[in-house]
Amino acid sequence: MTEPIIRVQDLRKSFGTLTVIDGLNFEVKKGEKLALIGPSGSGKTTILRILMTLETISGGRIEVAGEPLYHMQKNGAEVPANEAHLHKMRRHIGMVFQHFNLFPHKTVLQNITLAPMLTKGESRANADKRAGELLEMVGLSDKAGHMPSQLSGGQKQRVAIARALALNPEIMLFDEVTSALDPELVEEVLIVMKRLASETDMTMLLVTHEMSFASDFADRVLFFDKGKIVESGPPEQIFKNPQEERTRTFLRKIIAAGQHV
Amino acid sequence: MFWDWDFAISITPTLLQGLKITILATVLGAIVAAVLGLVFAILRRSTNRLISRTTGFVVEFIRGTPLLVQLYFIFYILPDFGLRLPPLTAGVIGMGLHYATYFSEVYRGGIESVARGQWEAARAGNLNPRQTWVHVILPQAIPPMIPAMANYLLAMFKETPLLTAITVMEMMSQARSVANTSYRYVEPMTLVGVFFLIISIFSVFGLRWLERKFGGRAR
Ligand SMILES: Nc1ncnc2c1ncn2[C@@H]1O[C@H](COP(=O)(O)OP(=O)(O)O)[C@@H](O)[C@H]1O
Ligand SMILES: [Mg+2]
Repeated sequence: MTEPIIRVQDLRKSFGTLTVIDGLNFEVKKGEKLALIGPSGSGKTTILRILMTLETISGGRIEVAGEPLYHMQKNGAEVPANEAHLHKMRRHIGMVFQHFNLFPHKTVLQNITLAPMLTKGESRANADKRAGELLEMVGLSDKAGHMPSQLSGGQKQRVAIARALALNPEIMLFDEVTSALDPELVEEVLIVMKRLASETDMTMLLVTHEMSFASDFADRVLFFDKGKIVESGPPEQIFKNPQEERTRTFLRKIIAAGQHV
Repeated sequence: MFWDWDFAISITPTLLQGLKITILATVLGAIVAAVLGLVFAILRRSTNRLISRTTGFVVEFIRGTPLLVQLYFIFYILPDFGLRLPPLTAGVIGMGLHYATYFSEVYRGGIESVARGQWEAARAGNLNPRQTWVHVILPQAIPPMIPAMANYLLAMFKETPLLTAITVMEMMSQARSVANTSYRYVEPMTLVGVFFLIISIFSVFGLRWLERKFGGRAR
């Protein structure tokens, strides 16, 4: 049995009086591809944001690569993590956002090389070389010198994927990476994601509304509702033979909305 | 004759001498204002309430009191506490400090115009706060602020005659001293007005250009 690379224990998160995540437990094995599905507002994005340390937590504990994420040891006791600890832990994790969040004032190449050069002290030559490989992987070798504003949504998202990969995180988080795209641009991003899933041993957590993609991509699917895991299992179980009524209701709605499952 | 050309020409070099000081005071004051304004803007965003509140109070206090009073304070009262500054230095600090409070508002607008996702992308890339400001936030926040900054620069320029009050020999002081020795006010004051006007007109063209280039007000 290998240690899980992510362990979430009794996680709670509130925004003011609104409790969004209420006693969440799950583990992710190293290299596992996990899809998070569920109705809008069920807390999927919040979980990814918490793992990326873009939020604070209201309770519970998370371990990443064997170390607590939001806690640290101090004089033998466990205390809330300081910025230095979070900074250290963030090296394990990368994220791709729904709205790309590319740096609009930097070229495609600079978007990819900025963080490796600043945070890993990589030389420009090395960073450029690696960026070139990544751009080739996402099929955008000819766009290195372009500004993000000159790209289509699908191209922007592929650059954002390359940017996150450039830091070589062990864990990658993808938050609805195709839902801000025009329908005809979804496929090109999914192709990159599928390749990534099959060719790397990176641990990946993916939030998506594309059920057939979740089914192809994931080793395991977590179905969320109201900040809790209702059902989890391999895609065949969740999509073909769901055990819980709420999962069935959700899938019926998705199918009614025109998606193949 | 009411207007004496010979006299006007004879005092022009003296006034231009003063104009140099006027421009120097404006430029140095603007640099102080730009730097301090950024400091104010960043401190006001601090998550530490004590820091953000105190900064907010100081900024409001400085903005809420007249520049002339502040200049008197710096030049005539600080020496009682052992800090004696040359007139130009006192003037630059006074104008810089005063306008820093306006600049900090401009920065605030510019910084807030940067999408939240940019902070998050910087964090996901594990940039530290300094790197985030230098490489991600400021390069996006500053261009839309440039027209507003240029506007304040022009306002500072036109406020420099206040420095007369603390004996800075800028253009207005020179004009006054010329007038006081010759008992003629028409030529020196008219020339001062004309010089200000010429520079302002050119500046307005410059401003229009900046507004076109950087898309007007902060997004
Ligand atoms: N910063 C925030 N402040 C207040 N409420 C928030 C914030 N972020 C998310 N929420 C709320 O938390 C709930 C879960 O949101 P989210 O994680 O985005 O859901 P999902 O991604 O599953 O659609 C929603 O009700 C949302 O309105
Ligand atoms: Mg979401």
